[in-house]
Formats: sequence, C-alpha cells, structure tokens
Amino acid sequence: MTGSRRFARLALLRLQVELLTFFRTPDQLFFTFLLPVLFVVVFSTIFSGDIQGPPGEPAVPFPQYFVPGMIASGIVSVTFANLATGIAIEQHEGLLRRLAATPLPRSAYFAGKVALAFVTSVLIVIVILAIGVAAFGVSLPREPAKWAVFAAVLFLGAGSCSLLGIAYTRIIRSAGSAPAVVQPPYLVLQFISGVFLQYSVVPGWLQAVASVFPLKWMAQALRSVFLPDWIGRDDYGSWQTGTALLVLAAWFAGAAVLARLSFRWSRGQG
Amino acid sequence: MAAPPAIAARGLVKRYGAVEALAGVDLEVAAGEVFALLGPNGAGKTTLVEILEGFRRPGAGEARVLGEDPARAGPAWRARIGVVFQSAGFFDVLTVREVVAHFASFYPAPLDPARVIAMVGLDGQERRRLKHLSGGQKRRVDLALGIVGDPELIFLDEPTTGLDPEGRRQLWAVIRQFAALGKTVLLTTHYLEEAEALADRVAIIIRGRFAAQGAPAAIGGREEGRATVTFHPAGRLAEAPLPPLPGLERLPDGRVALATAAPTRAVAELARWAEALGEPELPGLEIRRPTLEDVYLRLVRAHDAEADAAAALPAGGSA
Repeated sequence: MTGSRRFARLALLRLQVELLTFFRTPDQLFFTFLLPVLFVVVFSTIFSGDIQGPPGEPAVPFPQYFVPGMIASGIVSVTFANLATGIAIEQHEGLLRRLAATPLPRSAYFAGKVALAFVTSVLIVIVILAIGVAAFGVSLPREPAKWAVFAAVLFLGAGSCSLLGIAYTRIIRSAGSAPAVVQPPYLVLQFISGVFLQYSVVPGWLQAVASVFPLKWMAQALRSVFLPDWIGRDDYGSWQTGTALLVLAAWFAGAAVLARLSFRWSRGQG
Repeated sequence: MAAPPAIAARGLVKRYGAVEALAGVDLEVAAGEVFALLGPNGAGKTTLVEILEGFRRPGAGEARVLGEDPARAGPAWRARIGVVFQSAGFFDVLTVREVVAHFASFYPAPLDPARVIAMVGLDGQERRRLKHLSGGQKRRVDLALGIVGDPELIFLDEPTTGLDPEGRRQLWAVIRQFAALGKTVLLTTHYLEEAEALADRVAIIIRGRFAAQGAPAAIGGREEGRATVTFHPAGRLAEAPLPPLPGLERLPDGRVALATAAPTRAVAELARWAEALGEPELPGLEIRRPTLEDVYLRLVRAHDAEADAAAALPAGGSA
C-alpha cells in the first residue's frame, strides 16, 4: 500500500471513530445541535419584527438577518470550540499518548479531527437552515453565485477555525478546564461580531477588534448570501465579499502554521 | 553471532528541575528476554520506560531500542513495539471490539482482534462500551491494545495493578505466551512475586540508579548470601544445651535460629548434636534464603539511610 493510500485509509478510519464517538456522546450532541437551534427559535421569536429599509426597498424580517449569523456561529462552535475542547481532553487524559504509541501517523489523527469538524459543520448548516426555512420563513437565495460564496465561507471558515482550535489547545492546562477556557473568547466574539444583534449596533472599536477574527467575516459573507445589498451598506458599508473570503483564506494559512507550531502531542509530567 | 540486544542504553540521565529522576542508568535487554524493573514510587521506573518508548528525551546518555533511537524513530519502528499503559484515558463510548479493531488497523500485520480479546480474557464483553467495564477489565483492554499489533518488544507499565489474583494469573499467562514466541518484554512492577514469576532478569532501581541487577533467584547475593537455619527444639533437645555454633540464638517463640553463610555445614553439625541426644530429626527444620522481597527491602532501606546521612551532613556542619 502506498503512503498516501495508507494515510487516506487511516484518516477515514479515524473519522469513523470520531463520528461514532460524537454521536454516542449525548451532552456533546445537545450542546452542538440543540443550542444553536434554541438560539434561532428564541431570538427569532423575540425579535419577530422587520428591519426597515430605505424607501422603495421591502423590509427584511429579523430571522432572515439572524439565521446566517447563527450559521457562522454554529460553524465556529463545531470547529473551533469542539476541536479545542475535544483534543485538549484527549491530550490530558492520555488518549493521544495511546495513539502516539502506535504507528498511526499524527497527520491522520488531525485529518480525522478536521474531517469530523467539516461533517458536523455541514450538519449544523442543514439543521439551522431547515428550522429557519420551516419555522421562520427564511428564504433561500436562488443565484448559484451566492451558493458558491456560501460554500466558500463554509470551507474556509470551517478549515481555519478547526486549525485555530488545534492551536488553541496549547493554552488549555487540564481536561476539566477545557470548556471554561474555550467558551469565553467564542462567546465574546459572537457578541462583538454581531451574531446576536445587528452589526451596526456594535461600537466602532469593538468592530475593529471583531474584524481581526474569522467569525465577523463569516457572518458578513453569509449575510451577503441571504440579504439584499442595502443591509450590507447599512451594516458594513458594503458586503466586501471578496475581502471576507481573502481574510478567511489568510486565516486558513495562518492557522495551519499556528497549529503546527503550537501543538504539543503529549503533555503531562514534563 | 549473537542477536543484537532489543534494548541497549548507556549513561541515561534525566533531571526535572533539581530532581534527578535518572542518575546514569545502563541497561541491556537481550532479544527474547523478559526484564522486570522493580522500584519504589518515584525511583525513576516510569521515566526510564518513557525514554525507551520515545516519549521523553534523556538529558544525557544514549538509548537504542530495536536498533533505533526511540526519540527519533518513526511509524515503522512503532509498528514493532507495543506499549501497555498504566493509566491512560479511554475511548469511553466505544465498545471493546471497536477499540481493539481500531488499534489493529494502525498496524501492518496485526493479530486478529477477536483472538486478542479472547487472549486477555474479555470474550463475552466485546459489545460492551469501555466506560461500563470494571477497573480490572480496563487493564485487560490496556493489554489488548498493547499486543494487538503483534509487536517484537512489549513495554508493560504495572500491567496487573488493580487486578484480582485470578486476573493477574491470566495476564501473566498472556505475557508468558508472548515471551514463549521469542518476544522481548520490559515490565515495571510493584509486585515482587510478579517479577519473580515472569522475569528472566530483574533490576532494582532506587533514586534513579540500578541498585542491583540479575536473575530473580540470584539478585542481591541471594544465592551466596547468608541463609537462616531455624528449627524448634522439642523433647530432649529442648532441655540439652545448644551446640557451640557461633551466632546460634533462641527466638522468643522457642525456636532456635542461625544466620550463616554455610548452612549445609550448620545443619550437619546440628544433626550430629541431635543424633548424639538420641533424636533423629530436627523438628520444624527450615533453611531460608533471603527472598526477593528481603533483598529489595534491604536495598531500599540502605539507600534511605544513605540519603538521610547525606541530608544530615550539611545541617550538622552549619550548626
């Protein structure tokens, strides 16, 4: 068997085990899928009004605005948060050490993790979209170009945030503290990136902070897929879709380097 | 030509801050040998094994395991070794069969997972998830994951800790089975009888150094050292004065004991003495060699006393 075929086979086997583990862990399933669904339901129910546009433009119902942001947030959750937490736990509880003692290539382990993040990203996109469309009348774009942007954001966002999650494990000091170390930055980014509220409400200096990180650009580009251009002008000046994709691609490459430099395969007594 | 050793290490040193975990260890384990590392907690057993497994780099010294430097060796080398962990985390929601088969898939020529599960005594448990297993059953999974790749060299870190006596025997049988196939085994253990039952050679490691090394029956001068002869004088023997053998003493329980480097001669003298008194037998006669435990405890105490003396010196100087 050639090296690349062996790698592909092992990465697939790892993905299979990752998926088995994921779907057999009810807490994780709950937080991963039910939480965003709950958010969509609660926020769309509370803010059921419309966003009023300039004269001549039809108003936009709030769920249409909220759902793409929630999709961006959901992707960050199943990539960055889930991988950082999951890998840190495996690292500190010695599961990584078990794997490190075998001929399994380390790259196959990470490939399995990132593949899990992609699969769960696609699932969460489907779940949120399904609820948005079925319960809150969210309308889907028709133009193939918009779906292409959607796919690009999904790919670049999930990829960069997965790698950031791997790098982030460096600052997690124990299995028990993993969620507490992972959730705060994610939560703060959700607020300042305008996931839960209109981006234009966020103060300028916080917008500047948010603009450094991928979530803001993911939410912005996904909104461009679902919303008319005047919202882009109101909220962001313009949709800046090209810029958003470039920033995400840069994060993808940067996060790959960061993950490579900062990850420690085994941690423990020194 | 002799086969190259499975493990050859020279001058291994490892420090953690001010603590010297390994203070210059030389180790050679022949291919096909079962070697046991005995030592108190914190003596350096785990550090030594982790260096040989490639999980730690020594501060000084050099190690070769199956001909390669463990710190640099790649997956092809990993395929030839098996590691049985002491307390690593588990894939809780996977079943026994799933996790053993998963690990088997990493190796070029693994054993049949079903056979390995039976070998470690987990047949009937294949479909149970690991989180539902008892501590002893988890130790068996540890062993299964260490051997499923059919390694040439197996590292076992306290393989039977937490097992009941029956489970321990069963695991010993698996280890013997592997040794019988010509595989090399390096195990650490707290249990002296385990080292005695399994190992061709034993090293006692104390404070980062080998305090003694050899066959379990001969280590620490067990074969040459002083033996203790005891018997229980009864009837006429109890009333008669004891023969003039140096070191002969009466114990509180009424027995008579003699620590001697020449037990055969002592027994012959005692037999003649009893014969002369008209007693053909020495009741309750025993000749006891120091057990592995005696040797071990003697070495540990000697080193503790040495360390205490060394620690007392600077304090005495400054007073």
